[in-house]
Amino acid sequence: MQKKISTIPFNGTAQQEAKLREMIAQYKDDPGAVMHVLQEAQEIYGYLPIEVQTIIAEELNVPLEEVYGVSTFYAQFSLSPKGKYNISVCLGTACYVKGAAQILEKASEILGIDAEECTADSTFSLTACRCIGACGLAPVLTVNDEVYGRLTADEVPAIIEKYQS
Amino acid sequence: MEMINIKINGMPLSVAKGTTILEAARSAGIKIPTLCYLKDINEIGACRMCVTEVKGARSLVAACVFPIEREGTEIFTNSKKVQDSRKHTLEILLSNHDKKCLSCARSQNCELQQMCKDFGVEDENKFEGEMQNHEIDNSAPHLIRNNNKCILCRRCVAVCKANQYVGVIGVNNRGFDAEIGCAFNKKLDETSCVNCGQCTAVCPTGALIERDNTAEVFAAIADPDKRVIVHTAPAIRATLGECFGMPIGTNVKGKMVTALKMLGFDKVFDTDFGADLTILEEANEFIERVQDGGTLPMITSCSPGWVKFCEYYYPELLPNLSSCKSPQQMTGAIIKTYYAEKEGIDPQDIVVVSVMPCTAKKFEISRDDQNAAGVPDIDISITTRELARMIEKEQIQFTSLPDSEFDPTLGVTTGAAAIFGATGGVMEAALRTAADTLTGQSLDTIEYKEIRGTEGIKEATYNVAGLDVNVAVVSGLDNAAKVLDKVKAGEANYQFIEVMCCPGGCVNGGGQPIQSGDTRNFVDLQGLRGSALYEEDANLPLRKSHDSPIIKKLYEEYLEKPGSHKAHDILHTTYVKRNKY
Repeated sequence: MQKKISTIPFNGTAQQEAKLREMIAQYKDDPGAVMHVLQEAQEIYGYLPIEVQTIIAEELNVPLEEVYGVSTFYAQFSLSPKGKYNISVCLGTACYVKGAAQILEKASEILGIDAEECTADSTFSLTACRCIGACGLAPVLTVNDEVYGRLTADEVPAIIEKYQS
Repeated sequence: MEMINIKINGMPLSVAKGTTILEAARSAGIKIPTLCYLKDINEIGACRMCVTEVKGARSLVAACVFPIEREGTEIFTNSKKVQDSRKHTLEILLSNHDKKCLSCARSQNCELQQMCKDFGVEDENKFEGEMQNHEIDNSAPHLIRNNNKCILCRRCVAVCKANQYVGVIGVNNRGFDAEIGCAFNKKLDETSCVNCGQCTAVCPTGALIERDNTAEVFAAIADPDKRVIVHTAPAIRATLGECFGMPIGTNVKGKMVTALKMLGFDKVFDTDFGADLTILEEANEFIERVQDGGTLPMITSCSPGWVKFCEYYYPELLPNLSSCKSPQQMTGAIIKTYYAEKEGIDPQDIVVVSVMPCTAKKFEISRDDQNAAGVPDIDISITTRELARMIEKEQIQFTSLPDSEFDPTLGVTTGAAAIFGATGGVMEAALRTAADTLTGQSLDTIEYKEIRGTEGIKEATYNVAGLDVNVAVVSGLDNAAKVLDKVKAGEANYQFIEVMCCPGGCVNGGGQPIQSGDTRNFVDLQGLRGSALYEEDANLPLRKSHDSPIIKKLYEEYLEKPGSHKAHDILHTTYVKRNKY
C-alpha cells in the first residue's frame, strides 16, 4: 500500500527538534544509521513529516529521497500524525474473520478519514493494526489504551461519540 | 592473485579467484544478458536476467554478483533451465508494462524489447492481472518520466546518486506499489535535480526520455519569416554516427553538416566557434584573477549541470565560478548581436537552434541573463538523439551522405575547441591560450597530456610563463564534490579547476546516443568517443583558440578585447544560490 502523506501543518516544538538533533548526533558517522534514526525520530514526533526527514537527511548527509525511501518501505513508519485519540482496529486473523473490515469501514465513514490518516482538527487518527493478542474478544478496537471487544459495526458510532467534544 | 580453474559451458578456463560469473564468461567470449547491472555502481542482482546454473548450487544464481571462489566450479550460462527462467522473468516484467512499443521513442533501441526478441517471448500478455497506472511526470525541462514503462532496474537511481552525488530519485514504497520517484512524491522539477540527464542515457526502456523539442524546430524551419540557424557542439560529431550504426568513436562532422543543410537550416554554424570565444574570455579572466588577486581557484562554467549543482550544493563557491557564459550561449549571443547587425537582420526574426550532447542545456537556455540582444540567446536546444530522430524522420540516408563544411562566417574553428567535448579539453585549450598570452610568444608545447584520459579526477602542475599553476580536472559530480570539499577545507591549492558534470565530459553527456548496459559495462565508451576529438585536434591546421581568424576579426570589429565592457555585456553571466528543498 502507498504511504499516505499528511497535509496537516507541522507543529513540532523547539524541544522536540533539540532532542532530534541530539539523537542524530550519536549516529553521525554510522553509514547504516537511517533506519535507527527514523525509529527514534518517530518516537519523538509520533510520525515522520518532511520537516523531520529533511533534518535527518541534512544531518546524516544522505539524500532526502533515501530517507523517504526507507520511511515508505517499512510498515512501522508513519507519514501521518496520531490524533489526540488514536483508534486502532485490529486486522489480525481472528478479528478479520469476525468482521473487523466492517468495523474499520464504519470508523472511517464516521471520521471522514482513511486508515493511516488523521482528522484535520487532530482529534482522531485511525490505524489498521496487526494482531494485538486479544483474539478471545474479536473483533477488537482500541482507543489509545482503552480496549473495546466483541464489537459489531453498529456499536462504533457510540464509542467514537464518547471521545468527541 | 590466486587463479582457479573452472568450466563455463564445458569449456575449461582459468580465472582470478573472486571474479564474477559475468566477468569470467565475458572473458571467454560468452555474453550474459543484464538489465539492472551497471559496473561498480549498480551491482544488485535484482533483475534476474543474468541467472546462470552453477553445478551443485540449490538454485540459479545471478551472474553479475556471484563471485567464483571454488576450484572446479562448473557453470552453465545457457541451459534449458536458464533459458526458461529468463523468458519467464521477461513475461512477468511485461505483465505490468505499458506495451505501446510502436509509438515508444525507444522502439528498436530498447533493451527490454531486444531481450524479448532474443529469448523468444511469444505472448506479451501471458500474465494478465492488475497493472499500475502511474502519473507521467513531465514537470522538468529536460525529461519525461513514464513509470508505466519502468522495470525497477534502478540504473537511474545509481547514476543519480553514485556518479552524480545528487540522489533525488529512489525507490518509494514496496512490493507491487514500489516505484521510482522523488522524496514525498514531489515532481522532479521541485527537487534539486541538476538536469544532467544521465538517467535518460542509462534507462533500458522508455521510462525516461529526454523532452523532445524537434517539433518546434520543424515548425521554425517551415516558417518563411524566420531565419533558422543551427550550431552543433564539439561532442556531437563524435557520437551522432552511433545512431546510424557506425562504430563508436567515428567522427562524422562532414556528414552531419550535410544532413543539417538537407534538413533546411538557413545557416549551419559550429559551436566550436563559441568554444574558441569562451577560451579567450576565460583565459583572460583567469589571468586577471591571478594578477589582481581575484577569487581562486577559478572554476569553469561551460557545463550547465555542473553550474546548477554548484548553485544547489556549493553556493559558497559561486564566486569561484568563471563568469563566462557557456559556448552554447556565447554562440547564440554573437549570432543575435554581431552577426545580426552585420547581416542587417532583426534578432527577433532569428531562431537559433543548438544541438547539444546535454539535457541540462534545455534548462540553461531559460536562465536569467542569457539574452544579449534582448531576446533569448538560444531559442531551442536539442540533443544528439533528437537530431538523429529528425534525420530519420526526413528519411535522410545518413551513412551514405557526402561531407560538407560549416558555414565559414562562424564555422572556422580550432583544435582547442574540438577537445571541449572530452574531460580535460577546456583546461588544455585555456592553458594553450594563457601560456601564449602571458609569454607573448607562440609556444610549440601545446599538448597537456597529463590532463587527458577518462579518469574522474586528474591533477597537474604546469609552469606557465614562470608561474606554477596547479590545476585539477574533474568529471562526474561525485568526483566534483570530493574536490570541492578539499577546496572548502583548505586542503587543496589549485588555481584553476575544470568541472564537467557528466563522467568523461560531454562525449558521455545525458543527451548522447543510447548504448546498452552491456556496452557501457564492457566497452570504453568515454575513451573511444573522446579519442575522435583529440584526433580532430591533432589534424586541424589551427590548434589554439586565439589563432582563429574569425575570433580575431570579431574582437577587431566588435568586442575590442577579451574582458572589455562590451564582451562582459554579451558574453558573461551571473549565478544564484538555490535551495535544495
